[in-house]
Amino acid sequence: MAEFFAMGTHGAYIWGSYGVTALFMVGETILVLRHKRTLLQRLGRMVRLNAEEQR
Amino acid sequence: MAINWFKYSSPATFYPLAGRISPWFAGAAAILLVVGLYMSFFVAPTDYKQGEGYRIIFIHVPAAWMSMVIYLVMAGWAAAGMIWRTRLSSMMATALAPTGAMFTFLALWTGALWGKPMWGTWWVWDARLTSELILLFLYIGFMALESAIDDPRRAARASGLLALVGVVNIPIIYYSVQWWNTLHQGSSIKFDGGGVQSSMTDIMLWTLLIMALACWLYTIAVVLTRVRSIILERESGSVWVKEMLQEKK
Repeated sequence: MAEFFAMGTHGAYIWGSYGVTALFMVGETILVLRHKRTLLQRLGRMVRLNAEEQR
Repeated sequence: MAINWFKYSSPATFYPLAGRISPWFAGAAAILLVVGLYMSFFVAPTDYKQGEGYRIIFIHVPAAWMSMVIYLVMAGWAAAGMIWRTRLSSMMATALAPTGAMFTFLALWTGALWGKPMWGTWWVWDARLTSELILLFLYIGFMALESAIDDPRRAARASGLLALVGVVNIPIIYYSVQWWNTLHQGSSIKFDGGGVQSSMTDIMLWTLLIMALACWLYTIAVVLTRVRSIILERESGSVWVKEMLQEKK
C-alpha cells in the first residue's frame, strides 16, 4: 500500500497532478450545479411575485 | 428525412434538449473516468525510462488536448454567432470558456509537476509551454472582455473577435515541438495520413484515449449545464421561461 502511494520516487508529483485535477473537476461540477439551483430559485421567486402583483 | 438544425439554435428548444441529454454524458464520463483511472494506476506498466512518473501523461495529455479543442469549438461557436446572428451560438462560446481555461491551467500544472522530476525544472520558456500559457491568457481575456461589456450583443461581437484572432495560437501550440527544438518531448501520438502512430505500448495508448474520451464527455455535460443557466439568465424576461418556471412550481 505504502509502496503504491510512493510511486517509486515520484509520489508527490503524481498525486499533486491527479489531486489538483480531481479538485478542479469536482469543484467545477459543484459550482455549475449550485449556480443552476440558485438561479432557478431566484427566477422562480420573481415569477411568483409578478403573478401575485397582477392578481 | 432532413433535420432542421436551426430549430435547435433557438434557446427555447435547446434548453429542454440540453437538460435531457446532459445526464447521459455525465454518467458516461463518470464510468470512463473510473475505468481510465484504474487502467492508469493498475494496468498500464511502469515506463522503462521515466519509471512511475510518466503516469502523469494520462491526465496531462487529455487536459492539453481539451485546452486546444475547446478553444477551437469556442471560436467556431463565436464565428457562427457572428455569421448567422444566432443567440445560442455566443452563449455556447461563453459556456465553453471556463472549462477550457480550467483544462489549460491543468495542462500547465500537471506539466510543471512532470517537468520537475524529468527535466529538473518546473518551468522553461520554451515554445510549447509559452504558447500554452498564452492560450490561458486568451481564455481569461475572452471571459474578461465578455463580462466587461453590458450589452450581450456587443459583448459577443468583441469577445468573438478576440477568440477568432486567438485561433492562430492553436497550430503554434500543436506544431511547436516540431518547429522548434524544445525541451518538451515530441508527440507520443501522431495523427497523420489517416493513421494513428504511437510511440507507446498499446495498453498505455488505450488508457490515454479512454481518459481523453472521459474528459470530452465531462466537458459536454458541464458545458450543457452551464449553457442552460446562461439561457435562463439572458431569456429570463421571455414568455417561455416564465411559463416553464410556473409549471415547475
